[in-house]
Amino acid sequence: MKRMIVTCVALSAILSLMAQAPKTTPGQQSKIRGKKVYEQYCLACHQVDGGGVPHLNPPLKKTSFIIGDKTKLIDVILKGMQSSVPIDDEYYSNNMPPHNFLKDQEIADVLTFIRNNFGNKAKAVTIAEVKAVRAKQP
Amino acid sequence: MKAKLILLGCWSVMALVSNSCLATNGDSTVIRHHSPVTDPGNAGLKLPAGFKALKVAENLGEARHVAVTPLGDVYVKVQSSKPGKAITFLHDNNGDGKADVVKSFGTYRGTGIIIKGNYLYASSDEDVYRYKLNDKYQVINPDQPEKIITGLINRHQHESKSLALDNDGNIYVNIGAFSNSCQVQDRAKGSKGIEGCPILDSAAGIWQFKADKLNQAYGDGVKYATGLRNVVGLDWNTQQNQLFVMQHGRDGLFDMFPEYYTLEQGNELPAECMYALKKGDNAGWPYIYYDGLQKKKMLAPEYGGDGKKTGGENAIDPVAAFPAHMAPNGLLFYTGSQFPAKYKNGAFIAFHGSWNRQKGQKGYCVVFVPFKDGKPSGDWEVFADNFAGITNIQSPGQAQHRPCGLAQGPDGSLYVTDDVKGTVYKITYSGK
Ligand code: HEC
Repeated sequence: MKRMIVTCVALSAILSLMAQAPKTTPGQQSKIRGKKVYEQYCLACHQVDGGGVPHLNPPLKKTSFIIGDKTKLIDVILKGMQSSVPIDDEYYSNNMPPHNFLKDQEIADVLTFIRNNFGNKAKAVTIAEVKAVRAKQP
Repeated sequence: MKAKLILLGCWSVMALVSNSCLATNGDSTVIRHHSPVTDPGNAGLKLPAGFKALKVAENLGEARHVAVTPLGDVYVKVQSSKPGKAITFLHDNNGDGKADVVKSFGTYRGTGIIIKGNYLYASSDEDVYRYKLNDKYQVINPDQPEKIITGLINRHQHESKSLALDNDGNIYVNIGAFSNSCQVQDRAKGSKGIEGCPILDSAAGIWQFKADKLNQAYGDGVKYATGLRNVVGLDWNTQQNQLFVMQHGRDGLFDMFPEYYTLEQGNELPAECMYALKKGDNAGWPYIYYDGLQKKKMLAPEYGGDGKKTGGENAIDPVAAFPAHMAPNGLLFYTGSQFPAKYKNGAFIAFHGSWNRQKGQKGYCVVFVPFKDGKPSGDWEVFADNFAGITNIQSPGQAQHRPCGLAQGPDGSLYVTDDVKGTVYKITYSGK
């Protein structure tokens, strides 16, 4: 609860800052939008802290997908994941549905958000990168 | 402060009980049984007055279901694919309740384990094995079990094959649906439910096999009950001579259908249901779910439902309903005499704890439902709480322990397993 209040306060602070001084970088703006996408489409499974659900839904904390190759990461969002292959040596029973209904912008935003949250630190994902991967989908 | 918080948590659970979560009408006085036991020796658990708990063993790995022999030895099914780690045997040499001997054997993942007569039965996610016991009820040949059932479907999701046996030589195996609601594309927003859901042919039900026949496949078994999305906790009720099961209700009403359900409705729907099964019963999945607030069977939105349309005229009703998403992983009808009389023939349920609620999770406790003549005779109540070790759980990863399996010892003690740290709790009653 405390954490939620703190994040809420932090978020509204950021939002009001944005309103007053539109000085946030495009990367920061993408993260803020990405948080919204995360809450609507990913949080139920990957959880508010990105910790996932033990043995069911994987965490989004420093997994090889999150901090690794962007193409593979974008692919997971577009196609979902229904493999039975362990992720960093751990099995996860659930299925991830495809999220190809999200716009390029939304996918870039949510991936930029998770790559710079939950203890992750990795480069932003751009709309152009999402477009390129989507173009290769069958 | 902590105690107050816990009490608050308890109250909110109870508020839920009296509002909405029960199929049967409740008696709100049950809450008075929950005076917190302060003894830190209770292994961190909060129990009703007069009960005590100890840790028989810990750090066993992902301890799923558990069986206790007539001499008080414990067999734990561990969910691990590591060589020799499928089943852990616990033996107490000096009678202090703690396991002094910890041995393991078998190589297969899986959840189910149960003792009946001179056999220990255990399941992987595809097969069921049995091990002959000696006159001390210990496994004679840990490396050479007999495979009695083989080739059950495992598509990753809802893969555990929990077990129960009746007194007529039959074994009952849950085969969970490898899907949330039988959509064309599992859990995808906008994907419709498949008409004549094909999953029901080989899963989403309870299958009955012979307990003593080797290598039985689907064709040798009987689809005993269908329309059950995923059952992890089940038990043969010897008083009623009937199989009772706890279904894990469906997910995603709000996530996939925000046009029909609010976030709060998504949190509270559908109920986690207990069913008393007869051969041939159909509980209605995937076409319907049970709304514990309205006490109605509702048409699933993947099949044209909208949160208002009812359905499932031919589907059975639950005998009890509990708050949504709490994940009932263990069911045990208590037949012992150690606990006070009200517990006799009642049901204990281990709720593993929710993940798909938003803004606060629920469960992570063992509840009790009193029974009379095979039906709940009062409201359910939280029996053992504080497995998680924290209040206000936002994400299941925060829980230090999650209750999963239940078993009754020969002296009437209740055993509970935890699949986070691999703890085996033993709960006893002394009245003090
Ligand atoms: C219905 C639950 C569900 C939803 C909703 C969901 N995921 Fe997943 N996600 C999973 C599961 C389960 C896996 C692993 C599947 C497997 O092992 O085959 C996964 C895997 C992943 C992975 C790769 C593995 C890892 O942990 O690095 C990423 C990245 C990911 N999801 C991100 C997202 C994002 C971003 C969203 C929202 C746009 C999202 N997921 C929505 C359940 C979900």
